[in-house]
Amino acid sequence: MNDIVIDTHNISRIYNPYTIPVYAIKNVHLHLRRGEFAALVGPSGSGKTTLLNLIGGLDKPDEGQIMINGTDITSLSPSALINFRLNNIGFVFQSFNLIPVLTARENAEFIMLLQGRNKKEREERITQLFKQIGLADKMNRRPSELSGGEQQRVAVARALASKPQFILADEPTANLDSKSASVLLDIMYKLNKEENITFLFSTHDQRVIDRARRVITLVDGQISSDTNIIDTSLPH
Amino acid sequence: MMWLINLAWKNLWRNKMRTTINMSAVFFAVILSVFTSSLKDGIFENLIKNVVSFHTGYIQIHLKGYWNEQILDNCLTYDVNLNQQIISISNISDATPRLESYGLIASDKNTKGCMVIGINPDKENKVTSLKNKLIRGAYLNQNDNGVLVSEGLANRINVNINDTIYLIGQGYHGTTAAGRYKVKGLVKFGTPNLNNQIIYLSMPAASELYSSAQLATSIIISLHNPKLLQSTLSNIQQTLGNEYEVMSWEKILPDVKQHIETDGNNMQYIQGILYMLVSFGIFGALLMMMLERKYELGMLVAIGMKKSKLCILISIESILTVLGGCILGLLVSIPIVYYFNKHALKLGGEIAEIYERFGFEAVFPTSTSADNFISQGITVLIIGLLLSLYPVFKIMKINPSTSMKR
Ligand SMILES: Nc1ncnc2c1ncn2[C@@H]1O[C@H](COP(=O)(O)OP(=O)(O)OP(=O)(O)O)[C@@H](O)[C@H]1O
Ligand SMILES: [Mg+2]
Repeated sequence: MNDIVIDTHNISRIYNPYTIPVYAIKNVHLHLRRGEFAALVGPSGSGKTTLLNLIGGLDKPDEGQIMINGTDITSLSPSALINFRLNNIGFVFQSFNLIPVLTARENAEFIMLLQGRNKKEREERITQLFKQIGLADKMNRRPSELSGGEQQRVAVARALASKPQFILADEPTANLDSKSASVLLDIMYKLNKEENITFLFSTHDQRVIDRARRVITLVDGQISSDTNIIDTSLPH
Repeated sequence: MMWLINLAWKNLWRNKMRTTINMSAVFFAVILSVFTSSLKDGIFENLIKNVVSFHTGYIQIHLKGYWNEQILDNCLTYDVNLNQQIISISNISDATPRLESYGLIASDKNTKGCMVIGINPDKENKVTSLKNKLIRGAYLNQNDNGVLVSEGLANRINVNINDTIYLIGQGYHGTTAAGRYKVKGLVKFGTPNLNNQIIYLSMPAASELYSSAQLATSIIISLHNPKLLQSTLSNIQQTLGNEYEVMSWEKILPDVKQHIETDGNNMQYIQGILYMLVSFGIFGALLMMMLERKYELGMLVAIGMKKSKLCILISIESILTVLGGCILGLLVSIPIVYYFNKHALKLGGEIAEIYERFGFEAVFPTSTSADNFISQGITVLIIGLLLSLYPVFKIMKINPSTSMKR
């Protein structure tokens, strides 16, 4: 069994190739194993969003290959890529993750409807997920009736509902107060520990970085350091 | 599929502001289009009714050759037989004979040229509402020996009701026609041409004056449905045969026809401009919607919604919105159109004068014909649906990473 879920091979993303080329990502090799809980850090403009978009199949590298669970996603057709994202990758964005007209529950259910899952399967999974994110009592609220932190938790539930290979989160706590951020982190951490869910998230927040078990640092589009932290309870 | 419809419905129902804006674009488009179109048709119908009702009738039947040489010798025999034949043709509501001839009218003081028209008073009133033009005195009886004089002519020869006038002219086959009549009433026409020269007498009196029993120069026809003018015309021609010439009011009054046509073309431009405005309105609403939802739609594609599904979703929303706007627009335009049919728009000033010179009232009721509601409803529906292709086009071009950038 190959448990490398993300394998980027020498990828680069170049903006404005014909005028003033900007290497947003330059020759990045990155491997992520199943069950990792990794933070992508670096100064603003260092390429975190660009790298996550490339790994998530939302953007294409100008050079290199991206293997997700053994599939080269850079060679997929646009519509095959959408389908691949649906079934393999969970997304949590910085904000506005949810469809405003749907309730929290409907939002999480939405992705399973896209997958064509039957009602029984959906009900079971959604109920379980809302228990795990601690929002079983607020399932029927619309996003506007939830706090920012609660919305992000629903986004995590939505991302998990499709049973993806891993979850990509681009600054999931950036718009949250520290309490909500810490609750969200707790939930993600617990899901990782107990269910072996793989997380790769970018962040600026030192407290979030402290919880990570692996910290990948980007500078000017290149990985400048990649550290494994064996026990998160130890001070950084 | 059901859940897509369900989601579309929620998108519409739970975002009432956006739905209201999009629907009102279509709603007002329908009302405007139906109203202008009904007004346009109403104006035409009214103009034609005016033209026809003041003198000409929708259709006239003459003996072949009469129109080119309008003399009594070119008249036809109007008997029960011919009448029956004409009346039984479908869409003809009535027919009335006329005996028209030029002559001289004299009072004690003055002599003028005039047009003498022998009529069947009852039927003439049915076809051209002659009684409504009476401004003084009384209308003619079927065998009346009095005459109706047009107001302008009466002034010119200085006669009033109950005065005596003399008519002199040429009768049938060269006989001399002369008679003495009492002025029974005065009639007023909008057109100076008619108002200054017409004089009416009953058919029996005219037959006696011109020694022309049972003869008529023209038969004036009124229709149930004016829209079937051409087909009715050819029906008459077929039934009666080549002995007769059958003419529509359009041939008899080419200048009026031209005037109406010019008006019609102008209205067409207005309608064209209106459709453009309407399109911009609907397009603007769609543009705003797509701008507002750019992030949301990008996010849906990012998390794995196929563009084809997203297109179906947005199309269901568009179809429901456009359909809803159309139906509501039609429902509201019905009372509006009926109101302006009963309370017709009135023009004042110079335009009114021009119309009145032609003998028309400058009054424009809307047409309540169902055609307008159907055709305009469908036109706006099609415009709306075509414009709804814009969101589809936009969705096909979505790139999630750029759509979600802020
Ligand atoms: N569409 C684009 N066109 C040109 N340059 C771009 C574009 N998108 C990003 N860049 C550039 O690529 C580099 C990396 O941007 P990116 O958004 O990935 O950084 P980031 O690490 O996510 O920053 P932040 O912490 O501010 O979110 C930056 O220098 C940015 O200016
Ligand atoms: Mg970023």
